[in-house]
Parts: sequence; C-alpha cells; structure tokens
Amino acid sequence: MEPGEIPYLPRGVRLHHDRVRDTWVLLAPERAVSLDMVGHAVLSEIDGARSFGEITRALAARYDASPDQIAADASGFLRALRDRRFLEVQA
Amino acid sequence: MKADPANVRPPIAMLAELTHRCPLSCPYCSNPLELARQETELDTETWADVFRQAADLGVLQLHLSGGEPASRRDLEPLVTAARDAGLYTNLITSGIGLTERRLRALDAAGLDHIQLSLQGTTAQMADMIGGYRGGFDRKMKVAEWIGAVGFPLTLNAVLHRQNLHQLPRAIEMAVEMGARRIEVATVQFHGWALRNRDAMMPTREQAREADAIVAEARARLKGVLVIDYVPADYHSDYPKRCMGGWGSTGLVVAPDGQVMPCHAASTIPHLTFDNMRDTSLAETWYRGGAFQAYRGTDWMQEPCASCERKTVDFGGCRCQAMALLGDPAATDPVCIKSPHRAELTAQADAHAVAGSDLVYRVMPRDKVSEPAD
Ligand code: SF4
Ligand code: SF4
Repeated sequence: MEPGEIPYLPRGVRLHHDRVRDTWVLLAPERAVSLDMVGHAVLSEIDGARSFGEITRALAARYDASPDQIAADASGFLRALRDRRFLEVQA
Repeated sequence: MKADPANVRPPIAMLAELTHRCPLSCPYCSNPLELARQETELDTETWADVFRQAADLGVLQLHLSGGEPASRRDLEPLVTAARDAGLYTNLITSGIGLTERRLRALDAAGLDHIQLSLQGTTAQMADMIGGYRGGFDRKMKVAEWIGAVGFPLTLNAVLHRQNLHQLPRAIEMAVEMGARRIEVATVQFHGWALRNRDAMMPTREQAREADAIVAEARARLKGVLVIDYVPADYHSDYPKRCMGGWGSTGLVVAPDGQVMPCHAASTIPHLTFDNMRDTSLAETWYRGGAFQAYRGTDWMQEPCASCERKTVDFGGCRCQAMALLGDPAATDPVCIKSPHRAELTAQADAHAVAGSDLVYRVMPRDKVSEPAD
C-alpha cells in the first residue's frame, strides 16, 4: 500500500471483538480473520479519512517504532485483505 | 486427536435452515429427501434464542438459508435478532420472495451480506433447472435492488453437465452485478442430486475446462472479483474436507430445530440428533452423540487412519461414504487411496454419458405456501 492511499473497510467488513475467544477478528463474507496485535492496531486506525502514511506515522509514535517498520509488518496482511476485497482504497 | 469435550473448540459458523419451503425445485437441492413441513418449523422467538445461544457458544458467522429463507414472513425480525445477538448475518437466497421493500427492511435490520444463487445464465436454462418459470427475470430484478441498496453480494453458481458451458458468462454477470465474490460450485452429489447423477454428472473434459476457466478468470479479475471454486468431486484425486472437519468449526440447525454436524447428516441412519427445543446448543456441540461420532480422527479406518492427510481432509465426506458404500466410517470413495476409487471413476464416466430427465425436488403432499408480500 502506498503512503498516500486512503484505505477503508467496505460495507460488509467489520472489526469485531470475539468475547468467547477474547480476541479481535475481522468479519467479512464467509470469513472471520483472527487479528494479531499489528493487524488489529492498523485496522482500528483505518477510518476512510486518513492516508496509510498518516496511519503508520501515528502507530509508529504510539509503539515507538519506525513508520517503515510498521508499514513493512502490515504490508503482507493488507495485501491479502485487498486481494479478498476485504479492504479497499479510495480512488 | 481425542474427541474429549475438553479438546473441542467452539464453532465459528452456523447454518440456520429457516425453512425447507422453496418456490424453486432444483434437482440438486441439498435439503434432505424428507423435507420438514411448515408446521414443524421453529417460531421466531425460538430462532432468536438459537442465535443468542450460538453467539454465546462462539459462533461468529450466521448463514440464513433454507429452502428459501424469504419464504419465512418473519425473515426481517429474524435478521434483527441475529444482529442483536452479535452475529455476522448472511442471507442465502434464490431471490424469489424478496421485494425492494423487503430488501430495504432487511437493510434496516442490519443484514451484512447476501448470497444469491444462480441456476443458469439464461432464462431458459435457469428456469428449467429451478423448475420455476419467470424465476430468472425476477432474480435479475432482485439483483438490481440488491445493488441499489448497496448490500455486499456473492453470486453462487451451481454447475453441472447441463450448464457448465455457461461458466464464463456467470463470471461476467457477477462483475456486471457488482458482486465482490462468486462461488463457482460444481454440484455435489448428495440428497436430491444423488438421484440426478445421470442427468448432471459433468464429463471429465468439462471438469478440466472449468479448472482452466477459473484459473484464467482469477488472474484477470484479481482485486475485482474473488472466485471461490468447488471443483467436480468425482473427478478430483482427494475428497472435500466437509464442513472443515466434522464437529470442528460449523453446525447446522434444521427447520424443526434438529442440530446436525452437516446438512446431510440425517442420511446416516445410526445418528440421532439433539433438538433446540429440549437441549442447549452448548450441550449438543460439546457432548451430543452425532457431533462426537466422527469428531477428530479416532473413528477412522484404513487407509485414513495411517494417512498423513487425515487432519487435512478428515477422510472426506461421511455422508458420501454412507451413500456410496453404506459405511459412514469408510474412506470417502473419491480419495485415490480408497479401494473403491476405480469403481467410482467408472461410475462417474458412465453417469457423464447417460442421458436422463431431471428429477425435481418435491415437498411432501401438497405445498403450503406463504405469499411474500
Ligand atoms: S437449491 Fe433450489 S430448491 Fe433447494 S433451496 Fe435452493 S433454490 Fe430452493
Ligand atoms: S486416505 Fe483418508 S485421510 Fe488420506 S487422503 Fe484419503 S480420505 Fe484423506
């Protein structure tokens, strides 16, 4: 994902706290994707307004890491979500 | 893996067969041959309780299915109850019985996603397979309304010898409808379909061609349309992992409240099923006899028992082993390691060239229909 792109969760895809397993999941058509800490941190910042660059900078400040590191950690996961159309980018 | 209730993990998905009633009569319907009658169906309140129990148990995804779920007049309050319980709610429908007004009400109730079935890509094919004249045109109208409301949509195309040549058009239609996903499912021979193997068995060449069409379309439509593909069972080397493993991730509640590990489990004569009317879902899931019967791997015979794939496909489909071999604990005969595989291949090839009329599903006695709006 490019730093300037604005990601959003399309309709039918939402974050959900799984109270039985005490974990965060991304609910989507026919899928429930369990989220690790990085996955949950990135997805909960996605608001359809801020760019991916802004999001990684905010997370970098919070977790005392570099924005590049955050982007690298999240990139494979986000690409997989985009391929399944669980995540979209504003045109 | 022992079937000790302490090792059993909670289910993720539940299929709620709200009714077996349906205006269509597809010859491959996965409903049992003995369809549940309307007067035996659970009422709204009981379903709402089922949904709460499911969410408490750990279910995340709810599939509202049938029959045709829109044949239930209380579909809208049922969706509200499902969302109130915290479930991701998917409607599996032929579209018949839905109106624009009902779709708006379902939207207001919080419905998350719709899966629309496709019997064919032309009115002639679709209405012949569904056994319902005008069904295709109505479905196209419903697809437009779904798009107008903005529901995320999956198109579900069931393919067999008679309509496999329409696969490219089905994929195109999914894109035109704005679906994010299409399920390309080659018919599975259970229930009604088992009676239609002569009429519906794809040829080996068709199965290979479908593989190639799907591979090409997946590459071309990457990021536009997700294609989930169920290849032709009898022409595969390994069996399908039914329900992700018996009693491991999913369960089915039948219209009358019986709780089953898979929708065809009632074809296994020695199993008895708990009912939501008198047993809690948790008790059924963790201790119910039908769930314990083929959970894990302890029940397996050879060649499964010593196979390295036994936790990959769990020996395939129990109902298929029952239907074709009369032994629900046998290795699914689709598996190349099964001693019955050669026989199955010969049967598949014979079915694929046999001509036969379609046998449509029928309700017991005269149909009780509830007009939708
Ligand atoms: S498969 Fe056809 S007949 Fe069976 S429930 Fe679905 S639409 Fe109705
Ligand atoms: S032998 Fe049994 S476990 Fe092994 S691949 Fe075949 S069906 Fe699966």
